[in-house]
Amino acid sequence: MATLFRKIWDRHVVAERSDGTSLLYIDRHLVHEVTSPQAFEALRLAGRKVRRPLSLLAVPDHNVPTSPDRLERIEDPDSRIQIQTLRENAKAAGITLFDIDDIRQGIVHVTGPETGLVLPGITAVCGDSHTSTLGAFGTVAFGIGTSEVEQVLATQTLWQKRPREMRITITGATGFGVSAKDVILSIIAKIGAAGGAGYAIEYAGDGIRRMSMEERMTVCNMTIEAGSRFGITAPDETTFAYLHGRPAAPGSAQWESAVADWKTLPTDAEASFDREVSIDASRLVPQVTWGTSPEDALPVTGAVPDPADQPDPGIRARMERSLRYMDLAPGTRFTDIPVVKVFIGSCTNARIEDLRLAAKVAKGRRVADGVTAMVVPGSGLVKRQAENEGLDRIFLEAGFQWRLPGCSMCLGMNPDKLKPGERCASTSNRNYEGRQGPGGRTHLMSPMMAAAAAVTGRIVDVREVLAA
Amino acid sequence: MIEKFSSLKAVAIPLDRMNVDTDAILPARFLKTIKRTGLGGNLFNAWRFDESGSEVPGFPLNMAAYRKGKILVTGENFGCGSSREHAVWALMDYGIRVVIAPSFSDIFYANGLKNGLLPVRLAAGDVRSLIDLLLASPGGEISVDLRTQTVIGPDGASYAFEIGAFPKECLLKGLDEIAMILEHEEDISGYEREWKKKTPWLFADI
Ligand code: SF4
Repeated sequence: MATLFRKIWDRHVVAERSDGTSLLYIDRHLVHEVTSPQAFEALRLAGRKVRRPLSLLAVPDHNVPTSPDRLERIEDPDSRIQIQTLRENAKAAGITLFDIDDIRQGIVHVTGPETGLVLPGITAVCGDSHTSTLGAFGTVAFGIGTSEVEQVLATQTLWQKRPREMRITITGATGFGVSAKDVILSIIAKIGAAGGAGYAIEYAGDGIRRMSMEERMTVCNMTIEAGSRFGITAPDETTFAYLHGRPAAPGSAQWESAVADWKTLPTDAEASFDREVSIDASRLVPQVTWGTSPEDALPVTGAVPDPADQPDPGIRARMERSLRYMDLAPGTRFTDIPVVKVFIGSCTNARIEDLRLAAKVAKGRRVADGVTAMVVPGSGLVKRQAENEGLDRIFLEAGFQWRLPGCSMCLGMNPDKLKPGERCASTSNRNYEGRQGPGGRTHLMSPMMAAAAAVTGRIVDVREVLAA
Repeated sequence: MIEKFSSLKAVAIPLDRMNVDTDAILPARFLKTIKRTGLGGNLFNAWRFDESGSEVPGFPLNMAAYRKGKILVTGENFGCGSSREHAVWALMDYGIRVVIAPSFSDIFYANGLKNGLLPVRLAAGDVRSLIDLLLASPGGEISVDLRTQTVIGPDGASYAFEIGAFPKECLLKGLDEIAMILEHEEDISGYEREWKKKTPWLFADI
């Protein structure tokens, strides 16, 4: 009797140490320009080779500009060098690269699944903590550091201690104006930013079953914000339908037997978990964060909490610090907080469904005076799909910028950044101090909520905007 | 490469904050490098320096008593967020070799061990007393001995900590983990042959 996670783990154990640590075989390895150069360099210095280039995909995403002129020139010399280094490393090792002029280029966690590289029952790694996104396919997928990137390049394996397991059961369907982002934000608020540390988290229940692959990726993506490296959910017909026909998925001759195998993966009825948590999605309202930790999410109908109500002195000090940084007073209603920037994008919320939801809110409305709002598709393929559906025109007519794919304003290392003191409604995943640029203030929320903030110029309950 | 570590007695710096994320340890704009070196100058950049680049008085790293600190004592969930190993490189480049906290993010913990930065988990109450002692008498020293897995506070109180046998050995000897994995080359190739038969699509060109 085993869990989904355990079944996949056990299939990939190459060797074991007496302390129970496993040498895990890694099927897929994604690399981007920021966390890989030192790994390739160390490999070279040690005279070692990339063991299995075909297991890899390289894609620049973090510091590529999202403006149309990026093909002519990238202003920042350091970014240019990092992107060029990725190209050279990929070429030298024979690794497939989706370069910035390739329609398949995009945020690594968006682009990998689109090609069908990420499949049920496999292991996948990337030198990036949001690799947990890929667990949406029933995959043991996790973020690693650069030393581990080097190890996988050289050996196709990693020594790993098997984590404990937590099951989060999501019941019910989200209501009007509520989305997968609200589900995961409220899960993080419930278990805390370190609640998942040391665990792999399986999402189960009818709430996740009824979600699309895009929504499941949003949920698994932010597993790391709950402290866990691994988010996973069972593969099912939704998964198979998404994968069928994608370039790197099993072809027609192998499809049936692959699916038959994938159907054996879900957690057995009698399997047990180290911790069980449940959440009723049907009772959720749209969420928004007020502080500088992703666990600081509350219903938009509420107000900024008061540190004075917090008995624990450590937590109280952290809350006070957050409120100072965010320039917010306790008791302020969320809907009274103005924003000047709106960012719709990132590996959490830049897939086609996210853009469709945001476009529904933007349609026929105008970005409020004094607000700069940008939509950054997660990949070139998402961008093309959105343009085929006319979403770009909806955004442009409403006064949003429509940009080229990349990590963009999710983190302050490319030209899209907040200025000190600017307040942003963002669909990304981290509201840390300075995350979107030094001194920037981030409120995390769903694509619908961010679009609603853009058209009203303040944080607002999207349900009211849609009903008006 | 792992830098060897066996024991250290040094000034300890109290950083009395929880959930210190890797964006705080090293902001993203300093990740635009293809090297591991030279990052220490920007360690905790946003907390250490103001907008004009001057040191923020009162931030522990800027206080005379802690200037020579090589041990950081801090709150729970240290190193959460991004997987950037640059956070570890920045700490080490600055001179920090040990971080003591009630808990670490899983990725930061692994990254630390792989470079020779020792992450030490102690009970929350013990970390609290260490921070209080260091705040009360700045410049106090802490001893950390990996061989015996003990920490000795500025007041002489001793605390035991846990660490896996394998990472401990790697740290003590400064072992090359890749070379050790490659001793399993036959296992890896054997596994690969069998797995390829079952899942040929994972081995095809994309
Ligand atoms: S979009 Fe943001 S969180 Fe996602 S990979 Fe890029 S920088 Fe990381």
